[in-house]
Order: sequence, then structure tokens, then C-alpha cells
Amino acid sequence: MLSPGLYIHIPFCLSKCPYCGFYSTTDSSLIEGYLAALCREMDYYQNWTEPFDTFYIGGGTPSVLTARQMERLVADARRAFVIAEGAEITVETNPADTTIAFMQVLYQTGVNRISIGVQSFNDDLLTFLGRRHRAGQAEAAVKSAREAGFENISIDLLYGIPGQDIRVWEETLQQAVALHPEHLSCYQLTVEGGTPLAQAVSKGMIVLPDENLQADFFFRTAELLEKAGYHQYEVSNFSFPGRESRHNQKYWNHSPYLGLGPSAHSFSGCERRWNRAAVATYSEELTAGRLPVAEREALDPEKLRMEALFLGFRTRRGICLEEFRVRYGQDLLKEKKIAIDQLITGGFVELSCGFLKPTRRGMAVADSLALI
Amino acid sequence: MNNIRNFSIIAHIDHGKSTLADRLIQFTGIVEDRNFQDQILDNMDIERERGITIKSQVVSLPYRAKDGLDYTLNLIDTPGHVDFSYEVSRSLASCEGVLLLIDAAQGVQAQTLANLYLAMEHNLEIIIVINKIDLPSADVGRVIEQIESELGLDATDHLECSAKMAIGIEEILEAIVTRVPPPQGDPEAPLAALIFDAKYDSFRGTVIHCRIFNGTVKAGDVIRFFYNNASYRVEEVGHFLLQREKRESLGTGDVGYIIAGVKTVSDVRTGDTITLENRPCVKPLPGFKEVKPVVFASIYPIAADDYSDLSDSLDKFKLNDASFIYEKDSSAALGQGFRCGFLGLLHLDIVQERLEREFDLSIIISVPSVRFRFTLKDGTAFFVDNPAHYPDQLSIMKSEEPYIRAALMLPERYMGVVMKLCMEKRGVNSTLNYPSPGRAELTYEMPLAEVIFDFYDRFKSITQGYGSFDYDIIDYRESSLVLLDILVNGEKVDALSQIVHRERARSRGLQACERLKEEIPKQMFKIAIQGAIGGEVISRTTISAFRKDVIAKCYGGDISRKRKLLEKQKKGKKRMKMIGNVSIPQSAFLSVLKSDTE
Repeated sequence: MLSPGLYIHIPFCLSKCPYCGFYSTTDSSLIEGYLAALCREMDYYQNWTEPFDTFYIGGGTPSVLTARQMERLVADARRAFVIAEGAEITVETNPADTTIAFMQVLYQTGVNRISIGVQSFNDDLLTFLGRRHRAGQAEAAVKSAREAGFENISIDLLYGIPGQDIRVWEETLQQAVALHPEHLSCYQLTVEGGTPLAQAVSKGMIVLPDENLQADFFFRTAELLEKAGYHQYEVSNFSFPGRESRHNQKYWNHSPYLGLGPSAHSFSGCERRWNRAAVATYSEELTAGRLPVAEREALDPEKLRMEALFLGFRTRRGICLEEFRVRYGQDLLKEKKIAIDQLITGGFVELSCGFLKPTRRGMAVADSLALI
Repeated sequence: MNNIRNFSIIAHIDHGKSTLADRLIQFTGIVEDRNFQDQILDNMDIERERGITIKSQVVSLPYRAKDGLDYTLNLIDTPGHVDFSYEVSRSLASCEGVLLLIDAAQGVQAQTLANLYLAMEHNLEIIIVINKIDLPSADVGRVIEQIESELGLDATDHLECSAKMAIGIEEILEAIVTRVPPPQGDPEAPLAALIFDAKYDSFRGTVIHCRIFNGTVKAGDVIRFFYNNASYRVEEVGHFLLQREKRESLGTGDVGYIIAGVKTVSDVRTGDTITLENRPCVKPLPGFKEVKPVVFASIYPIAADDYSDLSDSLDKFKLNDASFIYEKDSSAALGQGFRCGFLGLLHLDIVQERLEREFDLSIIISVPSVRFRFTLKDGTAFFVDNPAHYPDQLSIMKSEEPYIRAALMLPERYMGVVMKLCMEKRGVNSTLNYPSPGRAELTYEMPLAEVIFDFYDRFKSITQGYGSFDYDIIDYRESSLVLLDILVNGEKVDALSQIVHRERARSRGLQACERLKEEIPKQMFKIAIQGAIGGEVISRTTISAFRKDVIAKCYGGDISRKRKLLEKQKKGKKRMKMIGNVSIPQSAFLSVLKSDTE
């Protein structure tokens, strides 16, 4: 039985980055009201008995909460749910907020993993990205987290930024590696509709690197990080052995998860649902005595299979053929034999120990693999 | 019979036919204003989307004239586009008069002329109506001048209206009553009804649209089709208002429908005559001009399993598009299909859309071929229309292709560009004369192969619609032919092969490669496209593989959205044909033949 993960979304930021497509608000006066609404949402799950072995606090910028507010939130969650012994508990932070004091409070509440939104060590690029910290603060943040006792630190980095030479990126990676984080997430900068970045691109004011260069970034990243001892266990995620993000892995292996807070997503194994995005609407629904669900979708076997394919092909672990057959009712090797053979011959996928694993080239085109 | 008027509205495209039809319908009150929808007769989705009328439709309008008598005015709506002159002809055969509608601002245009000629061929009473008089740029005086000089008609009794503003509508209705002659015919004579249209209704069978020329027909009668002597018992007859309305009988001069449980779709042929089984008329009514397709292409189902569905659908489709010609065809790469004739590229476009929409078919339209003749060294001679059957080059003694004599009529000012086009198509000018001042008539002898695809449309385009084109196949002439093959990742795609004239081969090969490069999307694998003649590669191009999807983040909140995107992509992939490991979209097959236009 796949154990569930708990996710809480904190939709507050001090400033909005021009490339971010997620919903968040800069109005911190809403935080107290939000926390109260969150408690009400937790009350709905009084009958939830299953323990969570991962607990992830994401956003927005969770670190805009004060240390006290964070303490309260974690305590509320522990009161409402069973967080298992040895569970992985992650909080996302902005480098500018990652002070030693804040880290110490978090550590005390039992948080054991920190994910720091570094994005870059190059001040010019940080300005372009609209980030409110500078390179020096990023390094300090990692140090603070270590000092406070954290032994599981993750750094987020962005590549494919206009004007970013691949050599600059390699330097960034070296600087990151020098800090010995246990985990790295390296993302290609993606243009999300409706963002200032999207507008600038459509006006021709900004030109993104062409697809060949993007591919170069991807492969170079993997090469460099593998040499430094990191294992690319998912398209964008690298870690030392045993330091994978257990929570995120639940998304990719179709484990169930419960998402609380505005715009949070949940998956029950056969149904997906997500909450209202706006803090005000989220709170109103709860005050009115309703679950703040925006939409639900029931997943039939065909949809589940499609998900299992594109999620599985993102991970180095790949797709376990027997599991797939039992859980989704399809014998992949038999029913998609021709397509799979083509993928193996093409060097995108390998068959090993009953797993269909993507090679690095395969991971780069994971979506297309899922279309077989 | 004396109180019936059968008429049609003919006009150049966008001169206001549909709006005028709307106003006539509104005026006679057969639909309450609140149920009214603009362009109410354009009820096919495609028609509404493109703003054009495709199918003929009939509406019987009840009208009490100023003389106090009640009349039935049967409006037969017709398409206005050049590709559909055959449909126009069918409808006109059932009328006694036409409203020739001319836009007061634009004046006489190409289709005005073409349609007028058709109406004159049918000896119809012509009522000139100048429309859009509400426009500031309307110049009725100039239009009258054009009518008299370019059309050679007397414009004294013309009418003026604004369909949009509903001005002059009553005058038009009065003119129809007073000037269009009532239908002639003998009610006592044996039934002679002309089928001018038909629609397949899955519950009732074929609904036959007809014009009664002689005699009467009612439910219970047993009718017979002249075409194949098939006989059926009539279940119901009636008129068309906006829906079908049952009647006791249809009499001489009437336009209406007959339902006789005809499930065998091919028994009903538009242009055929219906008569009574126990009292048949001696001769069938004159049919209409046989259509001459000018564009040929082959239709294949994307999934071989759909072949019988495609076949059934084409039968049903042919029923209400008699101008569409088809016969069996096959291709090694695409399987079993049909070779089809169309009246023009728009016709081809519309047929494809209608087949996909009305019958829910996924089809590929591909490169066609003409019928070539080969004589081998051992003396045997045979025809080849499928490039897959091209004989071994070394064994060929003589190769020949069919030639046509093209009769082109056009205003003199377009002579230069037309001659250039014909020369490009390997045409040889045989005659040139001037039947009337400013009009030129050219005949060219050209290879049919050069004409089959887009000659007609280009001709129409360079003559701005004023040119007319007709042809006859004359003979086979010796020609230096070769087989141009297209290989995709080393695999020959016979559906893309063409038998071409030697001089054309290299440029065709290059063109084909370039077109395919534009049409085939990048895929996970590199794609090499080559044009080859007899094993020798004469052109090549490569489509590089994409190395990365856009896949950066995929966490809880992204999964639903990504799945929907992939579901959509998967659907799109289904509409493509797999050749080896390359997905080729429908459009690629057709694009290969497009020559460099404009």
C-alpha cells in the first residue's frame, strides 16, 4: 500500500517574480485569516486516520511566515494528523529569509529538510529574474541551515535564462556543488502564459535560447552533476543516494496525497481535486461551512495509464511492468511492443529487471515517450 | 398551378443573396420573428462558418399579392461559388425565373455573368434586382450602364432594394408574381418529376427533392425511377417550408419532396426523372450537363478498418453532391481508397470537411494521377494510373500521356498571364479568336497531368474569376516520363510517388522535399527525406530530431494539466499516418503536389 503525503500551500510572497505562473499574493495582512481558514480545512479531515510519511510546506514563499506562525502551523498539522516517525518534513524558503534564527525554530518543530530557492549565483541574472536576494545571501542561507542542524538541504536553480551563457551556468553549478547540498533541482526557465515574462517574449523584447541550446543545458547539467556524485533520479532532480525528495516521488509513482490551502492539489488514487486559488474565496468557502474545492476529476483506467506513463518516464526508476499490469490492467510489452522496440532501438528507453527505464536522452523527451 | 412561381436568386458571391432570402422569408411570415436566425437557409455548420451556401435548399413562401390572390413562391436557394455551377444548373432547371442580384456598390462581377449565362441557357425570365442601395458607395446609374453594356440586358424594368434594411422587398415579391411565368405542364399527363436534390434521412430513407413537370403524385402511388427502373411505394409527399410539411399530393408545377422508403441510396440519381409505375411517361425529362471534374485526388481512410465506413459514407454523400465522382483506388502505403474528381479546390476542401464532420471520418487526401500508357519492348501495351504499377524503366519502349484540348474564355486583358500559365503547363497554343470585343477564346493542347491539380484554381485566380475553362480529352501523346519516388527514412512512400515528365523531375523532387519538410513536424527521430528516380537520389532534405520536450516541472498541481495536454497530442497523432516510425500529417500528402503559386 502506498502511503500518502501531506502538502500545505502558503500562497504569500513578498514580491512576485515575473516568470512565475502560480497564484500568490503579496498582501501579508491576509496571513492570519489564512491560517485560521487552514485550521478549519484541517477540521474537515477529522476522520483521516492514515499516517503521512512525508509532509511538505510549499508556496508562494512559506518563509514569509514568521517563526511563530510556522511553529503554529506545524503544531496544528501534528494535532490534526498523524505524521509518522521519521517522516520527511520539508519547508521551502527564500534565501533572504533563511536566517539562522528562523532555521533554528524550524528545526525545533521537527522540520528535517529545507528547499532553498536560489535560482542563480549570478547577481545580474538574479536581477533579471526579479529575485529579492543576491548571490551572497544564497550562500549564507545554506550555511545558516547547516548551522541550525539541517542535514538534508536542497537548492533550486534555473537555466535557459536569456543571456545566460552555458559557461555561466557551469559556474553556477560548480558554486552550488561547492556548498554540498544533498539535493539539487535544476529547471529550464519556462514561459507561463499570463506572466510579464510571457508578454516580454511575445513582444520580442526577450529572446529565449533556442531548443538546441536548451537541450545542451539539460545534458551538460546532468553530466556535471553526475561527476560530482549526484544521481539524476528525475528529469529536473538530482541527489546523493538516499537523499531523494520522498514527497515529490509520491507525485511520480502515483501515491495518494492530501493538499491543504488555496490552490492545493489532492490525489486519492482514482480522483484528483484542487482547492480555490484566491485566499479570500478559499476562506469564504470554509467560513460558509464548505470544502473549498474548485474542481474534481474522476480518473478512468485510460487516464490513469496515461499519467503513469508520463510520470514514470520522468524518473530513472522508470516503469515497473508488473506493477503497471496489476495496477492499470495493461501489459505494456505486449500491447505496445512495436513502439517500445522502436524506443529501445532509438536509445530512449532500456528494459532492465522488469523495468522500462528512460535513458538520459529518453528523460529529455519524457512527454513524447508517453504518447506511445 | 397558375398560382405557383418557381424562382431562384443568382448573384456574385457576397452580393446579398442570403440576406435577401432571409427578408423574403420574413416578409411572407412563415417564421415568427423570434425564431429567426440570420441566414436561416445556411443551416449547415460549414456554411455558416465560411459564410457560403453549399447545398441547394427550397422554401415555399405563401404570399398574398396585391391582386388579392394567394400564391406559392418556391425559392430555390443556390450556391454562389464558381465551383458549384453544377448545383446552380440543377436548381435552375426547376425554375421559371430568377432574380439576378447585383451589388449597387460593386456592380457586375464574374459570377454575375456566369450565373446569368446559366439562367439564359435555361430560358428563364430574368428580373434584375440591384441590392445594397443603402450603401454610401452605391451607384445605381453605373450599374445600369454595366448591365446594358456588359450583360446586354434591358435594364428599364429593374428593381432596387436593400436586403439589409428590408427596403423594396414587397416590390420584389410582386415582380415575381407578375413577371415570372407560372409553370407549364399537363396535370392529366403521366407523372414526370425531375429529381434535383436528395438527402439521406436515417429513419425515412432518401428524401427526394423534385419538381413536378407533368402529372401529380400522392402517398400510396408506386413511382419508378427512369435510371434503373427501381420502383417504390410513396409514403409521403409535401412541401418545404422551413421544415418539411406533409401534403395530400404534389401537382404540376410544384416543387417539394417525396419520401418512398428508398434505402438503397444509389437508386436515386439527381437529374433523373420519376414517373408512375402503372402509367409511365414515355421519355425522361432532359437531364443536365454532365459534370466534368477538374481536380483529382485520392481519399484513403487513416485506419484500414474504416474502409467500409468510408465506402458507405461516400455513397450517401454522393446522394446530395452529384458532382462528386469517385471510383476504387489503392496504394501500397495507404491501403484501399478511392480516386475522386472534384469541381475545384474549394470543392475538394468542402468534401473533405463534410466527410469528416458529417460522417466522423479521419481521412487522407493524397496525390492523384492520370492514366498513362506504356508500350514495352516486347510489344505489350497497358495503362497505368497508379505509380505503384510503373513498369521497369528498362523495359519501356514508349511512354505516353493523355492530352486535353482546353477551351479558355477570358477577357482580353488577361491573355498574357494565361498564356504564361499554359506554357508553364507544357501547353501548345492551337487557336486564338475574339468572339466579341474584349473577349478572347484560346485553345491549348496540354497534358492532362499538368492540369489535374491546381491549374483550374490558378486560372480562375489570374483571371480574377472571369475566365472560364472547359476541356475534352483528345489523345495520347508520346512523352518522356519517369517515376519520381519519395523516401522517408529510406522507406519508399508510394502514396507520394509521382509519374512526371523528365524535364520536371528534378524540380518536382526538390519541391516535394521542401514541402514535406514544412509539413512534417519534428519528431524524436531524425527524418531523412529523399526524392529519387530509378534509385538515383536527386533531392534530399533532413528534418532534425527534437532533443527535449518542455518538461521542467511536474508536481502535484501540474499533473492534471499536463495529462490533458498529452491527451490532446495523442488525439492529434491519431490523425497522422505512420510510415515506419515517422508520423506524417494528412496535409503533407496533398502539399507535395502544390506548385509554387503567387
